[in-house]
Amino acid sequence: MAVYPLKPARKPPLKERGLIAWLRKNLLSSPFNIALTIFGVAILYMIIPPFIKWAFIDANFVGNSKADCTGDGACWVFIKEKLNMFIFGFYPQDILWRPKVVMLGLVALLIFAKFVKGFNKLKLFLIVIYPIIGYILLHGGYFGLEVVETSKWGGLLLTLIIASVGIVLSFPIGVILALGRQSKLPIIRSLSIFYIELIRGVPLITVLFMASVVLPLFFPQGVDFDKLARALIGISLFEAAYVAENIRSGFQAIPKGQYEAADSLGLTYWQKMGLIILPQAIRVTIPNLVGTFISLFKDTSLVMIIGLFDLLSMVNVAANDRDWLGMETEGYVFVAFIFWIFTFGMSLYSKYLEKKLDINKKG
Amino acid sequence: MSNIIEMKGVNKWYGDFHVLKDINLDVKKGEIVVVAGPSGSGKSTLIRCINRLEEHQEGIIRVKGIEVNSDIKNLRQIRSNVAMVFQHFNLFPHLSVLENLILAPIWVYKKPKKEAIETAMYYLNKVNIADQANKYPNQLSGGQQQRVAIARALCKNPDIMLFDEPTSALDPEMIKEVLDVMINLAQEGKTMVVVTHEMGFAKKVANRVIFMDEGQIVEENDPQNFFHNPQSDRLKLFLKQILNH
Repeated sequence: MAVYPLKPARKPPLKERGLIAWLRKNLLSSPFNIALTIFGVAILYMIIPPFIKWAFIDANFVGNSKADCTGDGACWVFIKEKLNMFIFGFYPQDILWRPKVVMLGLVALLIFAKFVKGFNKLKLFLIVIYPIIGYILLHGGYFGLEVVETSKWGGLLLTLIIASVGIVLSFPIGVILALGRQSKLPIIRSLSIFYIELIRGVPLITVLFMASVVLPLFFPQGVDFDKLARALIGISLFEAAYVAENIRSGFQAIPKGQYEAADSLGLTYWQKMGLIILPQAIRVTIPNLVGTFISLFKDTSLVMIIGLFDLLSMVNVAANDRDWLGMETEGYVFVAFIFWIFTFGMSLYSKYLEKKLDINKKG
Repeated sequence: MSNIIEMKGVNKWYGDFHVLKDINLDVKKGEIVVVAGPSGSGKSTLIRCINRLEEHQEGIIRVKGIEVNSDIKNLRQIRSNVAMVFQHFNLFPHLSVLENLILAPIWVYKKPKKEAIETAMYYLNKVNIADQANKYPNQLSGGQQQRVAIARALCKNPDIMLFDEPTSALDPEMIKEVLDVMINLAQEGKTMVVVTHEMGFAKKVANRVIFMDEGQIVEENDPQNFFHNPQSDRLKLFLKQILNH
């Protein structure tokens, strides 16, 4: 017969803590690991110093023409001089305040959404009303604003418009398709599966061509449907299939007991899906959803093939300027950087959302 | 008093497997019926047919005189009178305890939010867990979660409470706190149908104990005779297995 008193917790031994222990454990734990570490450092050494030399040390920042770029490094003067083109495309220079207001408005909206809690009617209203305000401002034709055809919209402005409209439209369509695929009604289920599998089996370029070339054949003669609108519809319908598959994977993570509990409480089908199943399914699937939206953001550059000028195509246009020949590298690095900022921002936001909405949080 | 639940000649199959065989069972208002039996004997399936989480293929089930069938209007009426407590609690993890409780009152019974919250707090007090109202289910222990689930069922103010092995997923130390709540309910005269292995509960509050095996009701009796004067060999064996360890 023996009784053992409860012991207090201790800290781990010293050799398990601190920088040296971390290095030993993570970088130098075995001969193979040491070789990998050396290899990695060598690669970084080969890439990073030359890039820094090109992009910063030897680079030219001052001036306003190609002649001002003398060094062997990058000519950032090009980016500076063409910045308006990269951001706004061929939008008339004298009324750039209109796209600027729209873009600032979007930023303000996002900040507002961040600090006002919950999803309320005001937010829903803004999601619906803001695109209309934005369209009126950008396109004009009302309140004495000069008309600017969508073919003049371009650059980052166009990229952001396509990406955000694509996300906002493809999400609800995707949810409906995912619900359809789960449906007990055979016709609705088959149609959803057919649509999703059809779209997923076709490249986006094909969908864009279809939207741009084939779709107009269905319109009566003389009706000219805006090229940008066709691209937006094409992209939204395309991404909706992927969103639907993401959300379906979320449905599969929801235990059967959740459906049963909702049924036993007497909730209707739409209440059950809207209040219980969807909110949980979307939470589980946030990383995948954001992944889909990131690829959507990057895929916007494909609209170049139907003659729209997004950020990437504006580089080609600007680098073809006779005064600035040979500036593609700077242009592409700049565009890559802009794309990276946005996609990395989306990544960070998804991590933040995951943490915030984690239903297993303790304490 | 008339029967609040009537089951006549109920049969059910999973594919070719005959899970319920000619079940005849009537439950009176205010009666506490405990359903016992080995695993796979069909007892969970039986009570899940009452609120149509499972569909029976033959026979008639009526709840308060309304037939349980594919008619969605009937189903809605039945489910608003019948509440269920599950083995694995099935609380909604993305909603706080309070939000779990006010969901049905607001969306199914169209009560104003303020009134729903008052009712919810009343029942949370009743199951001794009002201090956890703003926590999330995963922050609670199993016993606490099951008491919340009972409170959520009570918020519907149901005529009938179904319990599907409510203590089977709990740590041994937490079983008592849940049973105590159930005993209180039983003594207040709620109609309860309870599937459980807790024979102590059956002895203490049941009006009737039903023994099932292989999809059939093998024996039913009042607790006194059920435990001390079993008739069938199968029940004798069952009681020997569970009571002598």
